[in-house]
Amino acid sequence: MIFILYTAVVTYLTARLMQKRADREDAYVADNRETLSKEERKSYRAKEKKRRLRILTAGLILGFGMLAVLKYTAFAVGNVNSILSMFNVEKLTVPSLLLPLGISFYTFQSMGYLIDVYRKKVRAEGNFAKLLLFVSFFPQLLQGPISRFGDLHEQLIGEHKFDATNLRAGLFRVVWGYFKKLIVADTAMIGIKTLIEQSDKFDGVYVFLLIVLYSAQIYGDFTGGIDITIGLSEAMGIKLAENFNRPFASRSTKEYWNRWHITMGTWFTDYIFYPLSVSKGMQKLSLTATKKLGKGFGMRLPVYTATIATWFLTGLWHGAGWNFIVWGLLNCLVILVSRELEPLYRIFHKRFPKLANNRVWITWQMTRTFLLMGLIRSLDCYRDVPKTFRLWGSMLTKWNVGELFTGGLTSFGLGVAEWCVILGGVLVINIFDRLGRETPVHRRVAAKPVAWFAAVCAFVVVILIFGAYGIGYDASQFIYQQF
Amino acid sequence: MKKTLILCTCILLATVLCLGFVQMLVMPKYMTTSRDGALIAEYYNETTNHDVVFIGDCEVYESFTPPTLWQEYGITSYVRGSAQQLIWQSYYLLEETLKYETPKAVVFNVFSIKYGVPQNEAYNHMTLDGMKWSQSKVGAINASMTEEENFLSYVFPLLRYHSRWSELTGEDWQYLYHRDTVSHNGYLMQTGIAPKTRDADGIPLANYSLPAVGFEYLEKMRALCEEKGVEFILIKAPTNTRGYYWYNEWDAQIISWASEKGVDYYNFISLDEEIGLDWSTDTYDKGVHLNVYGAEKLTSYFGNILAEKYGLSDRRGDSELDAVWAEKLAAYQKERNGES
Repeated sequence: MIFILYTAVVTYLTARLMQKRADREDAYVADNRETLSKEERKSYRAKEKKRRLRILTAGLILGFGMLAVLKYTAFAVGNVNSILSMFNVEKLTVPSLLLPLGISFYTFQSMGYLIDVYRKKVRAEGNFAKLLLFVSFFPQLLQGPISRFGDLHEQLIGEHKFDATNLRAGLFRVVWGYFKKLIVADTAMIGIKTLIEQSDKFDGVYVFLLIVLYSAQIYGDFTGGIDITIGLSEAMGIKLAENFNRPFASRSTKEYWNRWHITMGTWFTDYIFYPLSVSKGMQKLSLTATKKLGKGFGMRLPVYTATIATWFLTGLWHGAGWNFIVWGLLNCLVILVSRELEPLYRIFHKRFPKLANNRVWITWQMTRTFLLMGLIRSLDCYRDVPKTFRLWGSMLTKWNVGELFTGGLTSFGLGVAEWCVILGGVLVINIFDRLGRETPVHRRVAAKPVAWFAAVCAFVVVILIFGAYGIGYDASQFIYQQF
Repeated sequence: MKKTLILCTCILLATVLCLGFVQMLVMPKYMTTSRDGALIAEYYNETTNHDVVFIGDCEVYESFTPPTLWQEYGITSYVRGSAQQLIWQSYYLLEETLKYETPKAVVFNVFSIKYGVPQNEAYNHMTLDGMKWSQSKVGAINASMTEEENFLSYVFPLLRYHSRWSELTGEDWQYLYHRDTVSHNGYLMQTGIAPKTRDADGIPLANYSLPAVGFEYLEKMRALCEEKGVEFILIKAPTNTRGYYWYNEWDAQIISWASEKGVDYYNFISLDEEIGLDWSTDTYDKGVHLNVYGAEKLTSYFGNILAEKYGLSDRRGDSELDAVWAEKLAAYQKERNGES
């Protein structure tokens, strides 16, 4: 609570200071419109913008500083110690700091608001209680989505008339979220835990199995959590930004990242990638590079640098560990390589124009993207970069597919019953995703009260019987809460 | 609107029925394995009152045979024992029992006083699931829950046992609506023999003080019995092995408490020869528990004390009791002879 309050106070004061300066600036320009020349106005505005930038920088340092101290100190000290040990220098004490739940989410949301105020996209909120509500809106506090002030503010403070359809739709989505979480994610987690903890035993084809299983697990866990968040908000008449759009139907990495954790992706694009790639420093660098190393390199430099920085920070945002950084950089590598190969793709598709709409080809592209993303995501499972690479290698060097059919599939904690639950759950999710392409299923069901009630009851029965919860399970722990 | 309401009520009813059915299905039946889980619930089938009620853990339900007590002394009795029954559970079971009847004596086995905190979730359920809902059950649950447990799983056992859906056996279907009686007035018969091969001392402890909470509940039991005019008697079953050792230091604390409160305490460990126990034939698990042959000897010995010292009269000749106990004795003999 204290950390949320700290973030809210820093955000409030910084935004108010910037707004005060912006208002004064606008008033001055309006009052002196006739006496000031266009250049003078421009120069005055540029000067004021610099002053606001200084305030923004202070706010960002204070906001991100808290996140950095709590989340990254131990990681930084650990790395310093690794270097010190090479020179036989006494190691520093690694501090043990508690990481508040959801701190990355509310910090990013608040800092995004500050940047929007700086850019004059939104006016600073004058009422601290209202700003606190934006920072701490409880359904999204723990795992997002990362909302924008402009989208959420009016909804939070505005009047809400009771809407039974919204209530039904929201509640159905909450139940649906629990279905994904307890039927698919937490059941899969039983096997995943064993595959990770006994990775020396479960290599080769089991690594492939982990990649597939973990994809289902994290999808159920994260989208389930978001469904609960958005559903709760929807029941109260507040519409939060969607965070997923059938990501496993993506045909390329770029498309995948436009469909997975959308609010985080757009945050990094809007507040890191674009400002960095069009910054004055970057433009200068680009010009110099164009002159010295050619147009191709010069043009690529800002985009590539911004992409690498963005993905480095995206990795770091997910966790204080090299596995997360390598995860981010590998995603970046795939995206940049794809970008470089785009001319080749174009030639290929020109040669085979019918392929673009060919089902087999589309399925292959989706499978390829799913597996590639899953492979990189497995860094998150083993949390040890060399070990992960070694295990990836074992998929090529150890040919133990046969084991799967001689008891292997049920050798790591998942029995036939659990497999059936997971596969059944995945099938239901797939059907619902397909049915909801135009109008989401929860909205369609909510329109018919009796059907809605029957569906909710049916899902509750299924979850209560087949869900992975209770003694031995920890359903309250959503993976993305730790980020 | 009316139609919607009716349909929704029907759906709700169907859901509740479905969940109720599944709950009955997945709850452990304790008919062929872990039969001790069925003991607590069987008490409610009793049609007559009892002169003596035994309360405690497995040392009680494996040590005293009510049919023997009836057959030899005409004393009616019941054993309200359960696996790893903790002392606060014993207290609440006693509280509940005294709401149903007022026996002449309550006999409590002191072994469980060594536990100061809730122990095991599975054993908790084996004791508490069988209790009928009452203030006593609520108290017992609240006192017994380990950190991982929650109250709701006792109200709706489906929340605890739902994962059994994948391991259902024929037993779960067979005993869906009824249960067989597995005990003889709370006594769980064991006819096997696994001799105790050696006497062993207990593992030395850093601290021999019995938990204060144990004495708190002991005092509550004593006070409750005093209030109801029931004789409160403490015993320690004769079994004593390295894994389940009763230390002299513990015994001294019980003796001291009992003497201070004026409660009788019988430690049968040192009386095994007097009782006539033969550790090569009278135990089914190398001395941890008595088998039926050992239990009959102990019951016979203690029955004499109950009759002589506490004046429990011989009630044989009461036609109603004779009829009830004749049936119980027949079932007892049948199982003892390996006919069931």
